[in-house]
Amino acid sequence: MTAMQKIYLLVPLAPLFGAVAAGLCGWALSRRAAQWITIIGMLVCVAGSLAVYQDVMQGNVFNGALYTWMVSGNAKFEIGFLIDPLSATMMVVVSFVSLMVHVYTIGYMADDPGYKRFFSYISLFTFSMLMLVMSNNFLQLFFGWEAVGLVSYLLIGFWYTRPTAIYANLKAFLVNRVGDFGFLLGIALVLMYFGTLDYAAVFANAKSLSSNTVEIFPGAAWSLMTVICILLFIGAMGKSAQFPLHVWLPDSMEGPTPISALIHAATMVTAGIFMVARMSPLFELSDTALTFVMTIGAITAFFMALIATVQYDIKRVVAYSTLSQLGYMTMALGASAYSAAIFHLFTHAFFKAVLFLGAGSVIIAMHHEQDMRKMGGLRKYLPITYVTMLIGALANAGLPPFAGFFSKDTIIEALHASPLAGAGFAYVLATAGVLVGGFYSFRLVFYAFHGKERFADPHDPAVMACDAERAAAHDHAHDEHHEHNESHHAKPHESPWVVTFPLIMLAIPSVCAGWIIGQFVFGDYFGNAITVSQAHPAIATLKHEFHGVMGMITHGFISVPFWLAVAGAGTAYYIYVLRPDLPAVLRKRWGVVVTILMEKYGFDRFNDWFFAGGARCLGTGLWKGGDIAVIDGVLVNGSARAVGWFSTVIRKLQSGYIYNYAFAMIFGIVLLLTITLWTLIP
Amino acid sequence: MYALPLLSLAIWIPIVFGVLVLATGSDRNAPLARIIALVGAVLGFVVTLPLYAGFSPQMGGFQYVQKVGWIEAFNAHYHLGIDGVSLLLLLLNSFTTVIVVLAGWEIIQKRVAQYMAAFLMLSGLMNGVFCALDALLFYVFFEATLIPMFIIIGIWGGPNRVYASIKFFLYTLLGSLLSLVALIYLYFASGGSFSLLDFYDTPLAIGAQTFIFFAFFMAFAVKVPMWPVHTWLPDAHVEAPTGGSVVLAAIMLKLGGYGFLRLSLPIVPDASHALSGFMIFLSLVAVVYIGLVALVQTDMKKLIAYSSISHMGFVTLGLFIFNAQGMEGAVIQMISHGFVSGALFLCVGVLYDRMHSRQIGDYGGVVNTMPVFAAFFMLFAMANAGLPGTSGFVGEFTVILGAMQASFWYAFAAATTLIFGAAYTLWMYKRVVFGAVANAHVAELKDINLREFLVLGLLAVAVLAMGIWPAPFAEVIHTSVADLLSHVMHSKLPVQ
Repeated sequence: MTAMQKIYLLVPLAPLFGAVAAGLCGWALSRRAAQWITIIGMLVCVAGSLAVYQDVMQGNVFNGALYTWMVSGNAKFEIGFLIDPLSATMMVVVSFVSLMVHVYTIGYMADDPGYKRFFSYISLFTFSMLMLVMSNNFLQLFFGWEAVGLVSYLLIGFWYTRPTAIYANLKAFLVNRVGDFGFLLGIALVLMYFGTLDYAAVFANAKSLSSNTVEIFPGAAWSLMTVICILLFIGAMGKSAQFPLHVWLPDSMEGPTPISALIHAATMVTAGIFMVARMSPLFELSDTALTFVMTIGAITAFFMALIATVQYDIKRVVAYSTLSQLGYMTMALGASAYSAAIFHLFTHAFFKAVLFLGAGSVIIAMHHEQDMRKMGGLRKYLPITYVTMLIGALANAGLPPFAGFFSKDTIIEALHASPLAGAGFAYVLATAGVLVGGFYSFRLVFYAFHGKERFADPHDPAVMACDAERAAAHDHAHDEHHEHNESHHAKPHESPWVVTFPLIMLAIPSVCAGWIIGQFVFGDYFGNAITVSQAHPAIATLKHEFHGVMGMITHGFISVPFWLAVAGAGTAYYIYVLRPDLPAVLRKRWGVVVTILMEKYGFDRFNDWFFAGGARCLGTGLWKGGDIAVIDGVLVNGSARAVGWFSTVIRKLQSGYIYNYAFAMIFGIVLLLTITLWTLIP
Repeated sequence: MYALPLLSLAIWIPIVFGVLVLATGSDRNAPLARIIALVGAVLGFVVTLPLYAGFSPQMGGFQYVQKVGWIEAFNAHYHLGIDGVSLLLLLLNSFTTVIVVLAGWEIIQKRVAQYMAAFLMLSGLMNGVFCALDALLFYVFFEATLIPMFIIIGIWGGPNRVYASIKFFLYTLLGSLLSLVALIYLYFASGGSFSLLDFYDTPLAIGAQTFIFFAFFMAFAVKVPMWPVHTWLPDAHVEAPTGGSVVLAAIMLKLGGYGFLRLSLPIVPDASHALSGFMIFLSLVAVVYIGLVALVQTDMKKLIAYSSISHMGFVTLGLFIFNAQGMEGAVIQMISHGFVSGALFLCVGVLYDRMHSRQIGDYGGVVNTMPVFAAFFMLFAMANAGLPGTSGFVGEFTVILGAMQASFWYAFAAATTLIFGAAYTLWMYKRVVFGAVANAHVAELKDINLREFLVLGLLAVAVLAMGIWPAPFAEVIHTSVADLLSHVMHSKLPVQ
């Protein structure tokens, strides 16, 4: 094992060690000890990731097995690493954001009784996520895939006494399982046709199998690659919360804010994006699958952004914004702009982490109040949080020269250049989404940080509307916090340095991470890690038009998306700063639309009624009707009864009276004689 | 070659120790009975370890063979031998016996000696089933296992134990009687031998094969249990004491799967092929239908019992799709299910011992008072939901891979367990463990003690080890499964 290979191993194992130490041996450790063990583990992990990145950038790609997991039939399943520019980039993003979140947790979870458990979970998450991105085969990918799902489940339900939290974590796990269902079938098809789950071997043979067809429904021959890719993508739809499997992500906000930033914004939810980019040699062989991917992405990007515009909960605004941004990444994948998708993943990880952690900082300052109607004018009290969140919002809205601008603009242009069916549709939705994105990003900033200090005035109409809503909903989760609210007439104050330091550290790349676009997207950054077919020239076309970062910025100022984003931001400014009476009026006037958006298009209701209710109904029917009534009632106990009934009848014959038997005997003799005589007489 | 008759030791050590335990008599000597039982169980486990160490995975056929005359008149022999599949089941059984003895340690206060003896003897008898290469010996062991389990449910069971134990006994006895007829038919067909190895080479017409198949089917399908002859299991589990449930789920159900694998498939391969569609259909019904039924159970033990049936569907599915992945997956699923379902029944037992209720509705917020227990329960729940990294994933995954090669739709139906399995297990977990403390009884709960920690900890190690590195388990069955597949692929119809 070379020194570099030892580092590969060290990168995931350091956080695992921290997780095990803080988790299993937590009882023997103090809070500080648990915190430092995991943070030191993360420091090692970040250092290792950077070393690996450095090494990979010099052209050292590694693909090798660690150990043989199992051999079954002719198939060999291994655990191993594939270290190339794609995985190295992910390793850096994951470990860096994770380290920041570890530090932030010190402040955010300071008073929580589950302090050590929390550190253990986030380190365990980091391990799982690293195993996922470093994998060199489908099996380990699925391992990491489900493991991050597990940790997500544990963390959403971290405050396990809250009914909403334990509802949300079950929902998240099950919806993800629906995605995994497709994913697993896709993996099984890969094994069946390729005979291996090793990436390199599968990708090498992909071309030769591209003309194969499978008959899933008799008579309909479908392209094998299309079926495999769509099944794999269903997995991505679950993990990356794409329509219609997006329903779990907003509810996941029940978890503590640090994990919303780490898992439900920066890293885990991008696993699906990463996976599709990793599978680019397969997806490139199926235009149908790419169109499907693009369409799903477009729907998610636009319609989820719309929901963000009506949310009051500061975290939910960011959550819907995450859904929308994930939709952008997915669209990019569909347009074969894999590098642009990963680039957006990269920049988004920073600016979305800033937005979430900033929201967390606000929540601490507001004593666990998350409703923006009860905020307002906070920029005076939380200057660092304000500036960093403003940067996050600027990046999220895609304004130059912030990081989000470069990645989002490239995606929109790639859609424009894509020749695939559905690209026009996606282009329109993506462009319209920029307007919405500009609006909701700045709505958040203006609503929470500008305007009147509504938290100080319990008689403000917005505050009263919020209280009335809660009283009507009997919202227990928030009731707990009312006690805090009583005592928080003290002014909100800026969070401690452990909270603001990560904010600043993440705000810096939110500004400048986009400037490396020339190399990242248009250069030879990914090498062989990403395959793009000649037939999908989106990125190649953009490459010709790209004339450096400055050129892109100047061009950005005269492009349509820029003015749409500015228009969105301007609208937000007008509504929330200049005319604070307007929101209520607009809500009334646009009642139907607002209700549809507040109801999230009715998906939750439908799923609860149709899937959850339907499964329970069916289960009860099969149990009471099938098992109890038919199988036990008729067949089992029925045969027992039949035996019983038959013996009662038989018993009557054995009466014990001689004359009965004598009569039966005589009757028998007569009968036999009659038959004999009858047959003898000719 | 081998100095010690290890297989005989594995069978008879538990039985002899069972008799010894019985000899301690009344409950005055209960502490002694417990210690003797533990020594017997541990010794029984220890003798199976050299079996694994000395096993040659590359060698086909049966190893550690021992053959002496038994009933000369019928040409029946005391004929033992194991392949990789039996080896794993032996290990699982002997391991589970240790767990069960520990689990009943201070929980059982009435008729301790008899309780411990029943489990030890049951363990020996089941080892006998897994080792027997003589059909008559197999049948005797197979039927004899009913008696201790009947007693366990009937004496240490819950309020409705009489109904449950009689249902259990009649169901399984009636099922297996026909198989005796089939074995006798085979005795004549093979020219007067009861050796399974001779049966494997006996040509049989398709009519006879079909009859034999259904005769075996009656015996083994009830045992697995397959839908629709599964209804005895939830009743038996609900009434059985914790230890009984553990052994029932972990080992006894495997007798059915093992029977299909050791008898049905190689003896009547053509009928197995002809009827594979039927078997696959029943297996998939078990996975889907039973998965849905499990979802709506309000009794924890019933829920886990239904979940067992659903998981055993993977075993029969894997066996009857006739490829290496399916069959290896089926065997691995049997072993994993032994760990996971056993552990889940133990978890319910831990709660039942404290609250005397199995109703999900009586719980809520257990994590607040029993955090260590909640962590174990989480692990086993996740294993039951087939999470990668736990043993529960390995078998299901491999069977689904195999099923895909047979038909997309088989794999599709089987993979629904990803959703249903997670739904019923985690929904139960949520209602029992998560949430605020539901009532005063939950508030008074004490977390697990050292003995319970040891028992659950041993199983947790097994579940994780098998999930992270299943190669050592898969390695020993590789050649055995290949052997079996070659038997199955080889038609036995008489040459015209």
